[in-house]
Amino acid sequence: MSGRVLVGVKRVIDYAVKIRVKPDNSGVVTDGVKHSMNPFCEIAVEEAVKLKEKKLIKEVVAVSCGPQQAQETIRTALAMGADRGIHVEVTGKDYDTLGPLQVSKILAALAKKEEAQLVILGKQAIDDDCNQTGQMTAALLDWPQGTFASEVALENDKVKVVREIDGGLETIKISTPAVLTADLRLNTPRYATLPNIMKAKKKKIANVKPADLGVELTSRMLGKYRGVTGKRKERATQQSRVEEWTILPNIHRTIL
Amino acid sequence: MALREGSRRVQLLFRLRHLPQFSRFVGVRSVSENVSSKSSAPETADDHLIYTPEHFALKEALRKIIDQEINPFVDQWEADGIFPAHKIFKILGNAGFLGVNKPVEYGGLGLDFSYSVAVAEELGNIRCGGIPMAIGVQTDMTTPALARFGSDELKKEFLFPSVMGDKVACLGVSEVGAGSDVSSIKTKAVRKGDEYVINGGKMWTTNGTQADWMCLLANTSDGPPHRNKSLICLPMNLPGVHVARKIDKMGMWSSDTAEVFFDNVHVPCKNVIGEEGMGFTYQMLQFQEERLWAVANILTTMENIIQETIQYTRQRKIFKLPVLYHQTVHFRLAELQTEVELLRSLLYRATALYIKGNDVTKLASMAKLKGGRLARELSDSCLQFWGGMGFTSDVLVSRFYRDSRLLSIGAGADEVMLGIICKYMDTLPKK
Repeated sequence: MSGRVLVGVKRVIDYAVKIRVKPDNSGVVTDGVKHSMNPFCEIAVEEAVKLKEKKLIKEVVAVSCGPQQAQETIRTALAMGADRGIHVEVTGKDYDTLGPLQVSKILAALAKKEEAQLVILGKQAIDDDCNQTGQMTAALLDWPQGTFASEVALENDKVKVVREIDGGLETIKISTPAVLTADLRLNTPRYATLPNIMKAKKKKIANVKPADLGVELTSRMLGKYRGVTGKRKERATQQSRVEEWTILPNIHRTIL
Repeated sequence: MALREGSRRVQLLFRLRHLPQFSRFVGVRSVSENVSSKSSAPETADDHLIYTPEHFALKEALRKIIDQEINPFVDQWEADGIFPAHKIFKILGNAGFLGVNKPVEYGGLGLDFSYSVAVAEELGNIRCGGIPMAIGVQTDMTTPALARFGSDELKKEFLFPSVMGDKVACLGVSEVGAGSDVSSIKTKAVRKGDEYVINGGKMWTTNGTQADWMCLLANTSDGPPHRNKSLICLPMNLPGVHVARKIDKMGMWSSDTAEVFFDNVHVPCKNVIGEEGMGFTYQMLQFQEERLWAVANILTTMENIIQETIQYTRQRKIFKLPVLYHQTVHFRLAELQTEVELLRSLLYRATALYIKGNDVTKLASMAKLKGGRLARELSDSCLQFWGGMGFTSDVLVSRFYRDSRLLSIGAGADEVMLGIICKYMDTLPKK
């Protein structure tokens, strides 16, 4: 086995920021707003770095899809101990409509290209709460998946995963290569120390375009936002807002 | 999502995302009020005058530590009148934040002063003044002279553990009878063989009750007052060192401030930093850094207070309108924000010149002077806008009002700053 682990890291609006809907209700204000690495992605990076420290795997590669700023997120992963990064450049309209299906295609292509033994992702992102990318990536690769992992143990070329599910805890043993998604209690991510932040400067981040990986980015979804309106104004103090995504054909999902 | 016993971090995450509005404002204080999208926009590295992406990465990493290890406990430590310095310094030391501009051979990172400024700025997000002050003493008041002029043996014994966060340091300069007038200190270190015997006392010693060692300024000979003093690394557990009391202060409650006495304390001569008689000069040399550090720290705090005041006055109604909508309020906040930006520009200008090797004593003194005065004005105006709530202990603005008052007094009083500026302007009376 290559001993290489691919970790996906997503740049999202920082968890502590109060989200504001744009005046034209087309989306959420992102300009000038503090962004950071998705907390579940941090847990994923930490798990990968721990495996490397235990000498169970050899290399941790951090991947992020997005515009130039995604590199900051990759650098944070490097400062936590990842060895190198891959920045998949997605900008403009493509980035606005980038969703789990396209990201999974990208990750699947990279996993094959890098001959990854494991792909570790956060279970979901805190901006869209999709909880789909890990599962879709595994399906595209036809690899086993260990999702909602609260414990991961490598045993030869099998992985024992304890999963947090609705009914309690489920333990499964899957063979590698596999996709894992990190849940909250998997670990406590380390602080990026200042020496590691400075060392991260020298680590390499490769630039890749989705087309290079044979991935086409057209979205299959039409997004429609609804901000806080009329009767909702009384509840405005709770800062709730409802977004409606319309997926062809007409499957509604409401995110609060 | 089911939220049983999650890690504290993500509890924070979900509490903040579903935070009910400020009718429950009291609860907000124990949770760090993070950057709102409207605060002077988080700058990016592209256009910043002195910061690179590494500076921003540093700030983010430090912010996490503050949010998780410090801010949740500040209220408790303020009530206790002390914070666990060894514990917090060890966490910061492990992450490399106590030795940013210290030599690499002694555990530091050997980076330039702009990184120290970045650290100071980020520490302003701590919800009190006492802890940043204690950290600043450790990193930029007790150790610079040692790092520059100390012997290898001394640096191994005192500098390295201080950078790693294993030893807590305090500064022994001010005395009961001498504050601004450093040259008139009375503590004596009399040479006897290969030891010094120290008698006297020190006052206003931040970290004094918890410190492992003190960077002590004492008279080591009978010469002219600017040339007869030396800096000595003094272990605090030596017989004869008495920590007399923890001083009860108007603010900075979480920082323990001690009065210390020396009764025939014996210390080896090799504990002198650099040359005997140069102590005064050494201590003066790092004042520029100390002052710019203090300004960087207070700037962030001032901005946070303005933002919190905006948020509070936006939802608090008076005569059917939000308090914020009354012109006197939003205009005054605009004035204050303008002054904050002006001070920030001065800070970055002085820092940029300093890291290029220039002497920025005049600019640093101006910045410190302005910092102290602006903090008083700002805390006073903002507290007024908070009304009755501002007068309670439940809100940050009242703590800031008390804590920030010290800035015009400590680390060089306003009057001393004015004297320095006049010296550079050549307007002082001639002898």
